[in-house]
Amino acid sequence: MILDHKGALKNRFAQSRFGANLQSLNWKLSEMDHDLTSATADRAPTPTLREIFGGFLGLGLISFGGALPLARRAVVEQRRWLTGAEFTDLLGLCQFLPGGNVINLSVAIGMRFRGVPGALAGLLGLIAGPSLVVIGLGVLYEHTQNDPHVRHLFAGLAAAASGLLISMAVKILLPLRDKPMAALIAALGFIAIAIMRLPLLPTMLVLTPLSIYIASRAAR
Amino acid sequence: MTDTLISLAIIFSQLSLLAFGGGNTILPEMQRQVVDVHHWMPASEFSALFALAQAAPGPNLMIVTLVGWHVAGWAGMLVTSVAKFGPSSLVTILALHAWDRFKDRPWRRYAQMGLVPVTAGIVAASASLIAEASNPTAIAWAICAFTAGLALKTRIHPLWLLAAGSLIGLTGFGQF
Repeated sequence: MILDHKGALKNRFAQSRFGANLQSLNWKLSEMDHDLTSATADRAPTPTLREIFGGFLGLGLISFGGALPLARRAVVEQRRWLTGAEFTDLLGLCQFLPGGNVINLSVAIGMRFRGVPGALAGLLGLIAGPSLVVIGLGVLYEHTQNDPHVRHLFAGLAAAASGLLISMAVKILLPLRDKPMAALIAALGFIAIAIMRLPLLPTMLVLTPLSIYIASRAAR
Repeated sequence: MTDTLISLAIIFSQLSLLAFGGGNTILPEMQRQVVDVHHWMPASEFSALFALAQAAPGPNLMIVTLVGWHVAGWAGMLVTSVAKFGPSSLVTILALHAWDRFKDRPWRRYAQMGLVPVTAGIVAASASLIAEASNPTAIAWAICAFTAGLALKTRIHPLWLLAAGSLIGLTGFGQF
């Protein structure tokens, strides 16, 4: 499924990143829309529940290290459920709302085509495969964690996974470096959560309105 | 058992509604609840589950499923998944119509812009907490730094970096 497109692999390497830098990705996607509008203007007929489930099942199983770049390829280029512009707009909503971007996307796309059953089909399709895989890995881990080789392997895996998370944090932080107020908000968030170990809810209830207020002042 | 399931349901439905900017923002709170508040596992084990979930395909936060399963078996996995994915999905369904209606209102943009620094700070906190728990040895820190550097400077696929880290770990070098 990955190899059937000529540029697909290259594309995947170029785009996939651990998670995604929301803003720059959004920007990149809207750039890409200009190139793709003509090719994707003809949309496929409204997908059935089975197709929605199947589409997201496939997506869930092949997406390693964040599903977003592949989601676009599957939804816009391969299945032509949405045009590039529609995808970008829907993604904007999904990034704005709480929850994983691609998880929200599966719900929104399913909902748009087939209502609540469609939303369920999209969500279940996306998480069914990965849930089983991850539990398989969990069983394997529990049965072998006392083996020194396996322990060493997991120590290395955990170290690398934490490195990927750091790289993602850096990518999200870098655009803030010439915005002192935004950087201050980020620093306060970091101190509250990582150093003071405050709960997330009160931290967000204080910082989010403050940050939105600052953003609205800066935009005027 | 029922108490555990209820706790899982409460924790993860709250996290579901707080996960602005994707899954990684709720990692520290999940760790706080699972490790510090409920003592379901030590921090090192939480990190191991996080690493496992990262090595699996799918959306970013499959650790949720794994935590539920680890704490309370299949029932825990089911309760956790519904609690984590249900509320945010419901919000998405409800917001779908409003989103189109308020497309051009300025507050939509301000809210979007305002969430970015908050998310950034919390994801950074996430990275620092997970790194602290994942890297007990100097060699682990080296793998961590090496991976972070490569992920930032090159276009190598994350899965290769995870594989490389695992292989270096497998040699047992620098560990006891």
